Amino acid sequence: MPTTTTSTSVDVVDVHKSYHHHRVLNGISLHVPANSVTSILGPSGSGKSTLLRSINRLIPIDSGTIRVGDQLIGYEERGGRYHALSDRDMCRQRQRIGMVFQGFNLFPHKTVLANLVEGPQVVLRRPKRETEEEARELLASVGLAEKANQYPGQLSGGQQQRVAIARALAMKPELILFDEPTSALDPELVGEVLDVMRRLADGAETTMIVVTHEIGFAREVSDQIVFMADGVVDAAGAPGDVLHADRSPRMRAFLSRGLH
Amino acid sequence: MTTELAEKAPLQYVARRYPWRTVGIIVVLLVGLWGAITVATNERFAWPTVISYLFHPKIMAGLGMTVFLTFIAMVIGLLLGVLIAVMRVSESRTLRWSSGLYVWFFRGTPVLVQLVFWYNLGYLFPQLSIGLPFLEPWVSVPTNSVVTPLLAAILGLGLNEGAYLAEIIRAGILSVPVGQREAATSIGMSRAQSFRRIILPQAMRVIIPPTGNETIGMLKSTSLVSVIALSDLMYSAQSIYSRTFEVIPLLLTVSIWYLVLTTILSFGQSKIEAHYGRGATAAERGIANRNELFHLLRRPGKGA
Repeated sequence: MPTTTTSTSVDVVDVHKSYHHHRVLNGISLHVPANSVTSILGPSGSGKSTLLRSINRLIPIDSGTIRVGDQLIGYEERGGRYHALSDRDMCRQRQRIGMVFQGFNLFPHKTVLANLVEGPQVVLRRPKRETEEEARELLASVGLAEKANQYPGQLSGGQQQRVAIARALAMKPELILFDEPTSALDPELVGEVLDVMRRLADGAETTMIVVTHEIGFAREVSDQIVFMADGVVDAAGAPGDVLHADRSPRMRAFLSRGLH
Repeated sequence: MTTELAEKAPLQYVARRYPWRTVGIIVVLLVGLWGAITVATNERFAWPTVISYLFHPKIMAGLGMTVFLTFIAMVIGLLLGVLIAVMRVSESRTLRWSSGLYVWFFRGTPVLVQLVFWYNLGYLFPQLSIGLPFLEPWVSVPTNSVVTPLLAAILGLGLNEGAYLAEIIRAGILSVPVGQREAATSIGMSRAQSFRRIILPQAMRVIIPPTGNETIGMLKSTSLVSVIALSDLMYSAQSIYSRTFEVIPLLLTVSIWYLVLTTILSFGQSKIEAHYGRGATAAERGIANRNELFHLLRRPGKGA
């Protein structure tokens, strides 16, 4: 896949986040090496999505630090204190971090091609011809070359999610966050999206963090599995080590519910 | 079973008949015909007079003023409306509250009162000054030399329209799913970029139909400026019939012009709707249409 040239690590240290006295993240810490694929699993309500959204600061955190590469997310260290970044600097940080959403969130008023070139042209201010060429290559790589001039509403859910992945890739991100990318899809469309993600993972040119309920997929492609419960990491490690029913009662309960 | 059916001659579908519909059509046509004949043959309508005034210089000048006022008031209303709508959905409580107060006041008082208020601004503030508060002003001029009837009309109509459009635009902004802003943010767009390129274009689909209504409403609301002696279409007609007593024919003349203008506006509206409907599914367009219907039902007239 024509994607990125560099990738980056992610370090989450002692992050807390509450909504109205309800603690969602409870001092979570996590290391994601560069070029690796990390899947975050866990029962619903365990804080998986909140963690993912705090990495590109769609959600501001209450305390702790998140670093992508050597950059502190949302703040800058000056004189021993953390100062909140300006909107502009925050945008610059987000340019390096792609995101794929559960509900696709394609721009419905723009064609598929326009969805892909929006970021490169408007945010990165790159020339029209070059970005369109790249966008067409990306579309071809997710198997949707012929859909360039259609509107998202004319595509199936699986096709929309593949376009959404291509849109994230068009920014050449060092890190891509996947927020339950197949949860909103009809069962027969899950496969095509997982295929695209699998190829992306095999290419290993970008760091991927995937929040998912697809345990089989996670086991197969991940370098690291993070099992979350109650806003902390319950277990983290290689898939074979983490996904064992006898590891903890929680894991047993999760696996017995999750395995199809 | 199937073979039995297949052996028979191919079946034909026969459309159901609706006799009452036919009756309805006949009644409507008869009433329409009767109305047309009555209006055309009743000499008191004085159609020749109506037509003779159609391009009267005074009427033409009034028509120009009406179009100008409608245009300028809508432009001011739209600019104010976007500003106030953005304040209304702001994270700052002060901005939300103050913009809410603006809408509450300008929507809650009659336009007629607002027009007269601006017209009489000189009574409340005889001098308009530029300078710092509590200090000697740098420049000071009599209010009445600045707030002419034209400016009073523009202020009155524009500020009032801003309050209505703010609510329409706010509804439009809120109609765009949160995920759209998140997606825009995730590709590194600034707040301004995502509002201009992602949120607003999608909000337009919801904003356009009621704004079209507002424009047509504004066209007719401009007739209220006749109370502050500004010679719009209505005032021009009044000034003619107060001399000639041809009240009905002149009202018919201006009605024809109002109808011509609203027809043009409706046509323009459907063109703009088609433009912003790009990419929308039939179901989504249905939602926009329902919003329009809701708007029409909720607010039958702005009234003076």
